[in-house]
Amino acid sequence: MTFANLSSISRRRWRNFRANGRGFWSLWILLGLFALSLCAELVANDRPLMVRYQGKTFFPVVKTYPETAFGGTFETSADYRDPFLKELITKDGSIIWPAIEFAPGTINYDLKTPPPAAPSAVNWLGTDEQGRDVAARLLYGFRISILFGLALTVISSVFGIAAGAVQGYFGGLLDLAMQRIIEVWSGLPQLFILVIVSSVVVPSFWTLLGVMLLFSWTTLINLVRAEFLRSRNFDYVRAARALGMGDFQIIVKHILPNSMVATITFLPFVLAGAVTALTSLDFLGLGLPPGTPSLGELLRQGKEYLHAPWLGITGFVAVALLLTLMIFVGEAVRDAFDPRKTFAAGDEP
Amino acid sequence: MTALLEVRDLKVHFPIRNGWFGAPDMLKAVDGVSFDLVAGETLGIVGESGCGKSTLGRAILQLIPPTAGSIAWLGAPLAHDDAKAVRAARGQMQVVFQDPLASLDPRMTAGDIIAEPLRNFMPDLSAVDREARVADMMRAVGLLPTMINRYPHEFSGGQCQRIGIARAMILGPKLVICDEPVSALDVSVRAQVVNLLMELQRALGLSLIFISHDLAVVRHISHRVMVLYLGRVMELGARDALYATPRHPYTQALLAAVPVPDPEKERAKPRAILGGDPPSPLHPPSGCVFRTRCAHATSICADVVPPLESADARHDVACHHWRTIART
Repeated sequence: MTFANLSSISRRRWRNFRANGRGFWSLWILLGLFALSLCAELVANDRPLMVRYQGKTFFPVVKTYPETAFGGTFETSADYRDPFLKELITKDGSIIWPAIEFAPGTINYDLKTPPPAAPSAVNWLGTDEQGRDVAARLLYGFRISILFGLALTVISSVFGIAAGAVQGYFGGLLDLAMQRIIEVWSGLPQLFILVIVSSVVVPSFWTLLGVMLLFSWTTLINLVRAEFLRSRNFDYVRAARALGMGDFQIIVKHILPNSMVATITFLPFVLAGAVTALTSLDFLGLGLPPGTPSLGELLRQGKEYLHAPWLGITGFVAVALLLTLMIFVGEAVRDAFDPRKTFAAGDEP
Repeated sequence: MTALLEVRDLKVHFPIRNGWFGAPDMLKAVDGVSFDLVAGETLGIVGESGCGKSTLGRAILQLIPPTAGSIAWLGAPLAHDDAKAVRAARGQMQVVFQDPLASLDPRMTAGDIIAEPLRNFMPDLSAVDREARVADMMRAVGLLPTMINRYPHEFSGGQCQRIGIARAMILGPKLVICDEPVSALDVSVRAQVVNLLMELQRALGLSLIFISHDLAVVRHISHRVMVLYLGRVMELGARDALYATPRHPYTQALLAAVPVPDPEKERAKPRAILGGDPPSPLHPPSGCVFRTRCAHATSICADVVPPLESADARHDVACHHWRTIART
């Protein structure tokens, strides 16, 4: 790949990143898994991808049809897992199912043993305590973990970078005051506040994100502040001021791009931290609302049903894989941005 | 001729806190400097490290708020708080820094760096015009316009300094403050950059304040020279007069320390050796700040601050004994 529009230093970093095979492949695997989980509806669903019935084509994945459309009796939306309806359709057409015939909330009523049921040809990774398919829940849980982590990372980075930039650039009393406020703020016990919040309202994705943002936005402040404290006395910043640029322009145009290296290096680790935080909250039952597929909830079930090891093992492998991949990517990014390794990739400078 | 820049009794003091209580010590980086600068003139400022040369330059540029004193730009007073006036003045008052690479944003191309003042002060200029002016300026400072898309680290130190000079000159300023612009360069490149500055000065008719510790370079480029010591003016005079007949013992010592490229003459040269380091600007000596290292110091030097007196026309000296001290 070539990036003609990138500066030579960015190209060198990209080369360094690619030279780190472990991190490079981790990134692709992670992106692949994420892409797969983004189309989870097409991979694991209790609605068929496509139905041919009496010469007509239906797409139940994207559209809801009443049962009567397939010769059933009820006006309600069709339940394609119902053996009666299945028989009706297959008599005069065909059904194409996704790879996993369960949505994360679908309960398999045909289990031969009481749930949790062991892995089988139908439920690849078994079912959980309520008879829901573990593979489907894993896929959706993976997606929600990454999306939550990304949202938390991006929003808290924006706040953290803005606050750190203001502190570092202006310095002095403002810096001192904000520093003390942040110290007091980060002394608040996050877990207790989450317990209190979840006892008042049932936390949704967004309220949970909001509460966690209250604490995670301080992550990057010290890093960015230190970078700005360093950069603001550089000659090119002085020159920009002498050129009549405003403070905001100097921050955005000159200092920020030059202090992003440390921040970008940190981001994969922040992301991994956010995923871990969500997983542990779900594990404790303080996280996403009950019924939401999540890795932490899977781990909790694994702890409660030790006689059903597929729950614990699946949860463990999934969380371990996700975090390991993120850390590998993070290490590769860190090394690629390391100025001492600028020439390490074996290319000419 | 009216003065372009009038500096009167300028003081820049930095508070140094020792702990929480008590008044902070004041570091007197610049302590009562006055001078005028007329259009087209070059004022050289020389002095040892830490004598306040750079601080003086930055205070004039309003990069550092002055503690006391006044600066008048084109006859109108320039106050640090007056953001509008400061910004207007910055269009006509530019700076070239010492470290050529550090003064350029490493993530911007040479063309963007040189065009930045145009973007700031002439936002209505079309991209084509802007590029044309950048190319003209690059040619004027001896850079190839084909280098417009290169990054600072791809240039040599001398070329970076040319970019810095182009950035300072592109708005057609009336005054450029050069803060040790050649100290970081090789000797061969140094001469080229100094000559470039002189050429541009003649071509554009601008004034320069040339800060340096290199007496030879200052002599080459300046019309007048100011000698600073611990933030105070020791001597201020026309170039030839000051170099031929230095009045102040400090100037004499500085000039005597310049090596002569002839071993015979160097050995025969009379010496006025300066012992030790300059005293701390936190606790400068009373009276004349130079008295602790001066061979001619007497009791009056400890008691009375010597005023800047006119020795000849346009040759001022701040010493109690300048009349009795002959050229050594």
